[in-house]
Amino acid sequence: MMLREGADGRVEVGSRDFPTNRGGLCQKGWTAAELLDHPERLTTPLISGQPATWDEAYSLIVAKILDIQLTHGPDAVAVFGGGGLTNEKCYSLGKFARVALGTKNIDYNGRFCMSSAAAASNRAFGIDRGLPFPMADIAKADTLLLVGGNVAETMPPFARYLTEQRENGGVQIVVDPRATMTARAATIHLQPTPGTDLALALGLLHLVIAEGLIDQSYLDERTAGWEAVRASAAGYWPARVERITGVPVTDLEATARALANGRAIILTARGAEQHSKGVDTVTALINLALALGLPGRPGSGYGCLTGQGNGQGGREHGQKADQLPGYRRIDDPVARSHVASVWGVEPESLPGPGLSAYELLDCLGKEVKALLVFGSNPVVSAPHANNITKRLESLDLLVVCDFVLSETAVIADVVLPVTQWAEEDGTMTNLEGRVLRRRALREPPPGIGTDLAVIAELASKLGSGEKGVRFDSDPHTVFEELRRATAGGVADYAGVTWERVDAEGGVFWPCPDADRAGTPRLFEKSFATPDGRARMVAVEHRPVAEEIDSDFPLYLTTGRVLTQYQSGAQSRRVKSLRGEPFIELHPDLGFAEGQLVRVTSRRGEAVAPARLSATIRPDTVFMPFHYAGAARANSLTSDALDPISRMPEFKVCAVRLEAAQS
Amino acid sequence: MKIVIVGFGMAGARLADELSAMDADVTVVGAEIHSAYNRILLSSVLAGKHRPADISMSTRAKARVGVAAIAIDRAAQTVRLADGTLLPYDHLVLATGSQALVPPVPGLEHAFTFRTLDDCHRILEAAATAESALVLGGGLLGLEAARGLALRGLRVEVVHAVGHLMERQLDPAASRVLERTLEALHITVHLAAATTSARFPAMAGASATAGATATAGATAGAGAELTLADGRVLSADLLVVACGVRPDVALAKQAGLVVDRGIVVDERLRTSDRRISALGDCAQLGNEVGGLVAPAWEQARVIARQLSGAEPLAVYSPAAPVTRLKASGIDLAAMGSMQAAPHDEDLSFADPARGTYARLLIRDDRVAGAVMLGDNPSIGQVIQLFDRRATVPSDRRALLLGRAIGGGTPSTVDTPALMPDGATVCQCNSVSKGELVRCWREGAHGMEALVGATKATTGCGTCRDAVEGIVDWLVTAA
Repeated sequence: MMLREGADGRVEVGSRDFPTNRGGLCQKGWTAAELLDHPERLTTPLISGQPATWDEAYSLIVAKILDIQLTHGPDAVAVFGGGGLTNEKCYSLGKFARVALGTKNIDYNGRFCMSSAAAASNRAFGIDRGLPFPMADIAKADTLLLVGGNVAETMPPFARYLTEQRENGGVQIVVDPRATMTARAATIHLQPTPGTDLALALGLLHLVIAEGLIDQSYLDERTAGWEAVRASAAGYWPARVERITGVPVTDLEATARALANGRAIILTARGAEQHSKGVDTVTALINLALALGLPGRPGSGYGCLTGQGNGQGGREHGQKADQLPGYRRIDDPVARSHVASVWGVEPESLPGPGLSAYELLDCLGKEVKALLVFGSNPVVSAPHANNITKRLESLDLLVVCDFVLSETAVIADVVLPVTQWAEEDGTMTNLEGRVLRRRALREPPPGIGTDLAVIAELASKLGSGEKGVRFDSDPHTVFEELRRATAGGVADYAGVTWERVDAEGGVFWPCPDADRAGTPRLFEKSFATPDGRARMVAVEHRPVAEEIDSDFPLYLTTGRVLTQYQSGAQSRRVKSLRGEPFIELHPDLGFAEGQLVRVTSRRGEAVAPARLSATIRPDTVFMPFHYAGAARANSLTSDALDPISRMPEFKVCAVRLEAAQS
Repeated sequence: MKIVIVGFGMAGARLADELSAMDADVTVVGAEIHSAYNRILLSSVLAGKHRPADISMSTRAKARVGVAAIAIDRAAQTVRLADGTLLPYDHLVLATGSQALVPPVPGLEHAFTFRTLDDCHRILEAAATAESALVLGGGLLGLEAARGLALRGLRVEVVHAVGHLMERQLDPAASRVLERTLEALHITVHLAAATTSARFPAMAGASATAGATATAGATAGAGAELTLADGRVLSADLLVVACGVRPDVALAKQAGLVVDRGIVVDERLRTSDRRISALGDCAQLGNEVGGLVAPAWEQARVIARQLSGAEPLAVYSPAAPVTRLKASGIDLAAMGSMQAAPHDEDLSFADPARGTYARLLIRDDRVAGAVMLGDNPSIGQVIQLFDRRATVPSDRRALLLGRAIGGGTPSTVDTPALMPDGATVCQCNSVSKGELVRCWREGAHGMEALVGATKATTGCGTCRDAVEGIVDWLVTAA
């Protein structure tokens, strides 16, 4: 998207014919400029909700941090980042935590987003790039299987590729417990019971084997672990899977056959991943793709759709608890020594892996006494939000950087006002692994800082200069350092420059060499594992963490709607974006359209007007998670975590409904 | 704690695997030479859809295959194997399964049975040179065998003693539809046909005595005749008996455990000796003996939780079974009882020409019984409603017919003139027909101008045809 200043000096959004969105924007994009001069925009730091100077704010933050570190140790100060931050910010934030604060405790909201797919991809392929192929491949696929994604609402310009794929005569299969806009447009809609995608994937693999559709020579040459996977799939015969999922055998068969027909792509999104078994579900779908010989074959493969502006780049540069820049592991001695040398510190001084997002938030006020939040609104977006709100309130110091007073900023001790997208330079990396530029169009209003300047200033005041470590507030300088830090890593940006990104319409990582092209397609010859073979891991279906019972007889699933975005801190403030909270439910549940319904789970309650839908399963209700206060869906959601990715089970928990007094 | 499992079928293998995953010290003993395999898929092997190697099941447990357990010393807590080994146990689990039931009809002891992978190999060997087959038994197992052989190109006749097929699961009307379906698949059905004797002409008279079953494979494939009570004689190249199974209780009986039709267990699946449990086909809880995999696997989970200490008092609560037959050309599900009570809602639909039949018995808003045959899109939903004893949707017709539920896609633009002004044309940018018309009237003539003014089509692009249709209509109307 582009901006131009109108005759009246106001900024307008223009579209840009870029390969990813091909000129398309949805209303969230068209209206994004409304936030730049929004009356609720923060223009001054706040201390306990009262305007303060930057000096006062910094002095307070630094004094408290030093005091807490002295009493409780360095790990008692933690950082929480976001998947919407630029690569430069993510990188600086990770370095700030490990070097300036010396804390192991940094994680980010991307843990709540695609961490399950990331863990499964890393385990199978040795690398995690959302799409290992350019997005345009999707339009050319003979068969597309999309598991748990509603891109027609969450990413409309991307949905053009789906439209095109159908128009080209391709078969499109969408798996979703709800008949979403995306599902209704599909050739086949599989509507499983919430929390049973894993059984569905295993059932499809079983059928692919039974129908003789596997690519044995591919399995022999390019994979390891097939025998155990084959044996485990034998236990998922169609009738058993039908009984677990509710998806008719006939539809399972049609799907399995379609997947073996020509170029096929399997995509997952949050519907499959935000579960306490998200990693295993994605693993089962990757196994299915490998059994069919798809990854690395032209126009075919497995991919994951990211959910945030910089969902890909945000997970590569060290704001994750177990990670260093370049998608390196923080427990890898070679990685530590490389990054330490770039940062100018001793490898031993770097902390080890810290707590994952939910676990970190859950120990606030206990082991962790101070939290610095950048680009995130966990009061609305974290699961079991009543608990997390209490934990945030129990901190000795909560600092939030934002440009509006988000629900988390409201309870912060210190709020720092920062720039928005149109006021800053930097890079983002999209779901294809394509590094893109963000350009400043205008100066920020006076008195507003940038996230990078906040990080640099705090680092300096905390004594990083004395350690000989430099933090820069200029994004281009930070990117140049990021290039060096990622050199030789999995996500290698060494050969990416801003100039190249501008000239080439983005550069695909890995790109180790400034003189050579990036890598639009991965896996053509081998996988990023030590022996070049993809790892197949046998997995078994297991029930959801919280099954429905007589006290809580309905499944609640959560998601996004077209007119809103994430925690809604921004989109709820855009007047031209409609959107009121609601609970979507089947008419048989006995509520009238618009009637206020109280939804109760074991963790809390929420109230929203009923929106009737004859297409939703009668045992399932849906709430968008964009809203705060009484309509906050995450007051209800479960904090059961995936054992590997530590992803919470956002997508299913047990609730009951009753009429609420209006 | 040392755990020994006797029986390496689906129940034993599943339990062994669950216990191994919990790091228990477990040894599993199987009489068949193969490692555990998925019996559910034998009919697919028969039909040529699975290779025998494809149906093996994984287990992380120590397994001793090809050696039978021959005795239990309950006092010493040991199991004696056929090779003389003594296996000590702290807890023993019997998963001895069942054997093919062969009706006491003279000559039938020489026929093929259809129960094990070895049975399957023998039938396949004979079927390779055969053109026709007789299958005795019109229950689920018999029909699966018949379907598999028919898929291999054999002419198949099914002989069933009762007046309708799968009488334990189907009502007579469903059976009639199923007979037509089978006919189209070159499977002839003889109902109410009691068998009085079986004969194998290729078998020399002298050797055709009881006890010659070991050679049944070679001879039964070389021609067989069945004589029926009405005097008819049916003949084919091979004969398969698929009349059900009986629990294998020999080892339990000899060890002095309480045995009825199966090994009697309580709700914790303990036999009369508290150090010995039983599960799967060989176990009898109340009046029910096993025979299906789903309950056996649930029992394995219960025993694994007990023995691992995760839930020492875990009990097994049986779920009502669902019978499912799905092979190319046949799609059948049956569950619950089809005996209607006075106040039941009895919904049915039959389209015999297309092989479709659906009948639901609804009692207190719940599925009490159902039979669905042929093309029934709601089959998965009905099974889940029955399984979970959930309230059925108020739209009974949609449930019975599986009519595509819901509102479908937003209205298209076949007739823009008739479209209400409030109808949303572009979802992504919330643009209604009325807004397009208003912008047109304000001078945005043509596609590009309208798109510029309203942003319609700039999201997912699906509404482009619709907007173009409206532009055409506006041009014509102007």
